[in-house]
Amino acid sequence: MTATTTAPARREAANPLTAGQLPLWGPWALIGVALAIGAAVSALVAGASGTDFSIVAAVLIAYVLYLVAITVVSQQIEGGRKAADRLVTGVVVGAFVLALVPLVSLVSTVIINGAARFDLQFFTWTMRNVVGEGGGVLHAIIGTLLVTLWAAIISVPVGIFTAIYLVEYGRGRLSQAITFFVDVMTGIPSIVAGLFAYALFALFAGEGVRAGIGGAVALSLLMIPTVVRSTEEMLKLVPNDLREASYALGVPKWLTIAKVVLPTALAGIVTGVTLAIARVIGETAPLLIIAGFTTNMNYNVFDGRMMTLPVFAYNQYVSPGVQEQAYFDRAWTAALVLILIVMLLNVIARIIAKVFAPKAGR
Amino acid sequence: MTTAVQPVAKQRLADVVFKTVSTTAGVLILIALAGVAIFLVAQAVPAIIGPLPGIDGGFFAWVWPLTFGTIWSAFLAMVMAVPVAVGIALFITHFAPRRLAQGLGYVVDLLAAIPSVIYGLWGITVLAPFMQPAYTWLTQNLGWLPLFAPPASGTGRTILTASIVLAVMVLPIITALCREIFLQTPRLNEEAALALGATRWEMIQMAVLPHGRSGIIASSILGLGRALGETMAVAMVLSSSGIISFALTAQQNPSTIAANIALRFPEAHGITVNMLIGSGLVLFAITLLVNGISRWIIARTTVKGGR
Repeated sequence: MTATTTAPARREAANPLTAGQLPLWGPWALIGVALAIGAAVSALVAGASGTDFSIVAAVLIAYVLYLVAITVVSQQIEGGRKAADRLVTGVVVGAFVLALVPLVSLVSTVIINGAARFDLQFFTWTMRNVVGEGGGVLHAIIGTLLVTLWAAIISVPVGIFTAIYLVEYGRGRLSQAITFFVDVMTGIPSIVAGLFAYALFALFAGEGVRAGIGGAVALSLLMIPTVVRSTEEMLKLVPNDLREASYALGVPKWLTIAKVVLPTALAGIVTGVTLAIARVIGETAPLLIIAGFTTNMNYNVFDGRMMTLPVFAYNQYVSPGVQEQAYFDRAWTAALVLILIVMLLNVIARIIAKVFAPKAGR
Repeated sequence: MTTAVQPVAKQRLADVVFKTVSTTAGVLILIALAGVAIFLVAQAVPAIIGPLPGIDGGFFAWVWPLTFGTIWSAFLAMVMAVPVAVGIALFITHFAPRRLAQGLGYVVDLLAAIPSVIYGLWGITVLAPFMQPAYTWLTQNLGWLPLFAPPASGTGRTILTASIVLAVMVLPIITALCREIFLQTPRLNEEAALALGATRWEMIQMAVLPHGRSGIIASSILGLGRALGETMAVAMVLSSSGIISFALTAQQNPSTIAANIALRFPEAHGITVNMLIGSGLVLFAITLLVNGISRWIIARTTVKGGR
């Protein structure tokens, strides 16, 4: 007689529906354990070698531990395919957190360091005759406003009318060429735009020319493709029925565009222009080349050097004077003001897009 | 048989004026770009053909180390940025809770709104000191690799630090484009994979990634174009000596074309100005080539909708 082997006792799962799966709290428990082990290892290493406790090392060790642990545990309980899925989930979440780290670090550094000079004197003084402490950024703010204003004056009409041409009139070779070259323009490095503005103005004024309007020309080279693209998108979104209804009533084409199409697309166009301005207001390289540095106020865009906010921040940090810390403080506060202006413009653009969008479907 | 006379609409003056203004605006863009090319070439020619004082080998021998530095730093930035960007895009489109997805996308886009001079300040004051102990450790323990050859940098301002800053700067661009691409995956393909019992990662492998592969490549190349032209962050973070070297953690680092122009132009005069403009032309040509390749890839793989 063959000896019968008793089959291993069958274990009944408490809830058959959840058998073969990690519980919902499983990954979180593993994260907690990994963090604890990571902190312990990092503390041990710090204690043994005499260096400071490093949070970064603790988090890195915990992350690697978690990935290994979740894969192995899931492999045992759920099987290989689910284990791969959990591993990839961990990797992808880690990538997102990795992107947040420089953002948080940057913003907190600017806010902490920039608070040092965020006072009234900073916004009401220029750097004229200021050596060391004190001084302010008024000339840079005025310079930025003037240069950006002129860049907008140059690029917004050209951009909007080009978009009108591409959407309403263009069929054929010219519009294909314009579309292609607007695409090329999106790829111009900002410093090359500055060099072009310099070459253009050096033709008339000789070598060593510096003028605020040159900065405006360089910035408009960078703004035009953004304005054209976004206006084109907005104009294409206007339903054709509106145009055809207008033509059917005998309205000429130009009046249709001016009074029917443009007002409908206006919110989107204004949003696009505001975003283009936000992008261009922080450009340093072309202004470094053609607008130059100065410590004085200059209200005339067409004559002489003009200081702008990003160039001010760069200059103060890279060539500090006697009392270094005062220069660094001014640079950080200028950077903070710049970030605030850019964020404000972005928020305004989103508000305009939300509030003034044409109401769809009544 | 007489043919009926076709009625012709009256040409209104305002129509003609409006059309002329619009066409002129478009032509103005073409003229502006032609002007960019012509003026840059005109200013660069004296440096390209003429003898350069103090530099033997001519213009291209002078600009080659800068070109190497530009391409090497952009390559390093791409190696770091593309996998992370694809991971973030996958996270936002497929792994994150639906309600948070747009907010998370906006948070990543915040990285793109920050001006480059602020990245430079952050790179010098926060990132370089943070990475410096790691560089010392790498040169001590892995110094036999040419990438980590000693001596280690004392300030942390190496080509690797500059490339990390570049990677953070191009990350939001690639992420935004990849998000668009992943959202355009046909839902039926995704749902079919899930209905057949695929896990989320398998569904992504089967439906999302094959569909988005050319888009990922095209957006990466667009990001590469941006990294090639980035000036201020590299100018501030990198302590350069203009050499050609693959060492990532060393004291002597290559410089990039854009950073070199930013650092030397304010004080330059004479033939130096022409040389710098010539190097700007080389940079322009490289970015044109890179963007052209990206657009060619997009054009080749886009399904043309019916017109």
